[in-house]
Amino acid sequence: MMKRKRKRLTIIAGGLTFLGAAAGLTFYALGEKSSYFYMPADLTTASIAPGQRIRLGGLVEEGSVERGSGTRVAFGVEDGAGKVKVVYDGILPDLFREGQGVVTEGTLGGDGVFVADSVLAKHDETYMPKEVADSLKAQGVWQPE
Amino acid sequence: MVETGHFALVLAFALSLVQFVLPLVGARTGDARLMATAGPVAVTGFAMTAISFAALTVAYMLSDFSVLNVVENSHSQKPMLYKITGTWGNHEGSMLLWVLILTFFGALVASFGRNLPATLRANVLAIQGLIGSAFFLFIIATSNPFVRVSPAPIEGQDLNPILQDVGLAIHPPLLYLGYVGFSVCFSFAIAALIEGRIDAAWARWVRPWTLAAWIFLTGGIAMGSYWAYYELGWGGFWFWDPVENASFMPWLAGTALLHSAIVMERRSALKIWTLLLAIMAFSLSLLGTFLVRSGVLTSVHAFATDPARGVFILMILVFFIGGALMLFAWRAQTLTPGGIFAPISREGALVLNNLFLSTAVTTVLVGTLYPLVLESITGEKISVGEPFFNLTFGPLMVPLLLAVPFGPLLAWKRADLWAASQRLVFAFGGAVLVMLVTYSFVDRASVLAAFGIGLGTWLVLGAITDLATKSGLGSVSPGIALRRFAGLPRSAYGTALAHLGVGLTTLGVVGVMSLQTEHILTMKPGESVPVAGYEIRFEGLQPYRGPNYTEDQGRFLLMDSSGRTLTEIVSAKRFYPARQMPTTEAGIATRGVSQVYVALGDAVDGGGIVVRIWWKPLVTLIWLGCVVMMVGGSLSLLDRRLRIGAPAKRRKRLAAAEATA
Repeated sequence: MMKRKRKRLTIIAGGLTFLGAAAGLTFYALGEKSSYFYMPADLTTASIAPGQRIRLGGLVEEGSVERGSGTRVAFGVEDGAGKVKVVYDGILPDLFREGQGVVTEGTLGGDGVFVADSVLAKHDETYMPKEVADSLKAQGVWQPE
Repeated sequence: MVETGHFALVLAFALSLVQFVLPLVGARTGDARLMATAGPVAVTGFAMTAISFAALTVAYMLSDFSVLNVVENSHSQKPMLYKITGTWGNHEGSMLLWVLILTFFGALVASFGRNLPATLRANVLAIQGLIGSAFFLFIIATSNPFVRVSPAPIEGQDLNPILQDVGLAIHPPLLYLGYVGFSVCFSFAIAALIEGRIDAAWARWVRPWTLAAWIFLTGGIAMGSYWAYYELGWGGFWFWDPVENASFMPWLAGTALLHSAIVMERRSALKIWTLLLAIMAFSLSLLGTFLVRSGVLTSVHAFATDPARGVFILMILVFFIGGALMLFAWRAQTLTPGGIFAPISREGALVLNNLFLSTAVTTVLVGTLYPLVLESITGEKISVGEPFFNLTFGPLMVPLLLAVPFGPLLAWKRADLWAASQRLVFAFGGAVLVMLVTYSFVDRASVLAAFGIGLGTWLVLGAITDLATKSGLGSVSPGIALRRFAGLPRSAYGTALAHLGVGLTTLGVVGVMSLQTEHILTMKPGESVPVAGYEIRFEGLQPYRGPNYTEDQGRFLLMDSSGRTLTEIVSAKRFYPARQMPTTEAGIATRGVSQVYVALGDAVDGGGIVVRIWWKPLVTLIWLGCVVMMVGGSLSLLDRRLRIGAPAKRRKRLAAAEATA
């Protein structure tokens, strides 16, 4: 009887250790691997560690898209209160256009240029990336289409 | 016609209320006549919903632009297939499909559940009716697809071009069959709680429904993944997008439920846990519906966003999940608990499976909901994506997958782990060999990649070992083993195939994630580029005109190293004038189980075009593995032991055989 009780306790302890490890890993990953969303205006005040991955959203500045050699491209992202230069090497999404909403993901360089490794545009013409729309509304520069 | 559909929808709502109240009262008071209403009402409710759905479909087929829903999502020039599939390519229509499938399952329970105990059947159908009435009310109050518009416009606004694809014909119906299929398990669980009685027979009744829902959900997720892969032009098969997670969580919970129900059926153990899983599987389906339909998320799936709808679905969600869990907390201790067992045994292995799968569900749930919760509390916006899931979900899957081949080789009650390990020696040797070969001979294969490929091989060989052991290969002569193999129960093949499918999918995922190569370059007509031992030559761009779009087709030749042309790859940039929207149509060439994937970018000055080419090794195994899992599940479903009422049929057959003899 004693043996059975101990066996059960061992199993329960093992299970709890396992769950604890899983929970620990989850919280560690949430802290380390999630990326915060910023608008250009936020970047001047936010403290972002070098190399930290963030998402930058806003409108693609009119007349700012410069195509470099091959697939390199640079453009400005603005939100009415600030703007940031973004460089990206890759294919832009189908719905990437000047004056339209965009969300980029990457790291902010020391020179204030944002190096994006992914660029997301809105999915269709009636739709704006939600974070961008919310922030623009909050700043009062939102123009419903 | 449209009014008929509208009327039938309201009737179906009324019937669902009847289906909830009468049988429930009947089961409570022991009134057989009231309980007997459940079946016919469920079948009629399904018929009404089907009429309603058909009416909307006809409105789409005829491009009836006096219906607002058709105006917003269709176009007279759209091909007929997309007119039909457009019926559920929008919020209102997809909710109608949801209830159509819900009532369909209700009608199935009514027809196939004739030999269930009368009160259980009445209670199950009553709960189905309650779920139905909540969603019918939701549709009628906030998402009515039959709203007219006057004056009727001449032309519609067209369907989102991304959705104009065969994928839309298959993905949502399969996914919903899976999601909603779990409602049956949920209703069975609630019925058991209401009656305060649960036994092994309950698990036997629930398992076929779980299995059916699981098969459809597997297909739905796989189809969605393949669709995103070829349609979005990014070449990714899984993005850990919240909406994908929303379908993946019920799948994980459903997989856990499938396994725990076996333990309950065979050993009368894990009863309360199985009940909880049945509730969770459908609760997660409801959560998925909420996440997708409420517009709280940024996603391709979020069609229209309307706060009223979000609040309504949230209320349904809280009502069902909260209600079920409260009932569970209140009644669960009245259920007799099952036996306990040795840790090294088949049931021990199944518990391990459940531990890992339910932890995995929790991780995915946390990763999916954390950004929403954080934003609503602090207003900070964060995104939790692939890096999070790779770090949390990955480590959970590896030990689980390593353990899979052991499970079926362990005996019930008390097993010999050493004996099982000895049987797996060949599988282990094979996996290690493949791992070493991958590491030494495949370019750029890291240790992790080699391990992943070895893991997939281990699962595949483990599944084969399972069948070989069950046929007695090695201990009896090959002739007898072959005969035994042919005589194995279908569920044995089912288990082995499902596990084999997991192995194939693992191979595909690891292959693409660790061995794919990407080439982004500017190409001019006549130029060629070497990719993974092939030569790809760009022939040039050609304009093409489709029924409701125009496109620039980039033509590429796929050649082997000696310059022989193997196939032509056509990749296009398409433009839909109705929505002023461009899409990328990727060009894909399948070589064996691997693929070459070509997507076009923008034209650059000087006549060239940006081209993105991927070599995707083993990629088709991802979806092929899912198909194998579905086949395994279907075989299991066809196993006579699992079919409700099968013994009766057999008796009848025997009687018939005796009569003719």
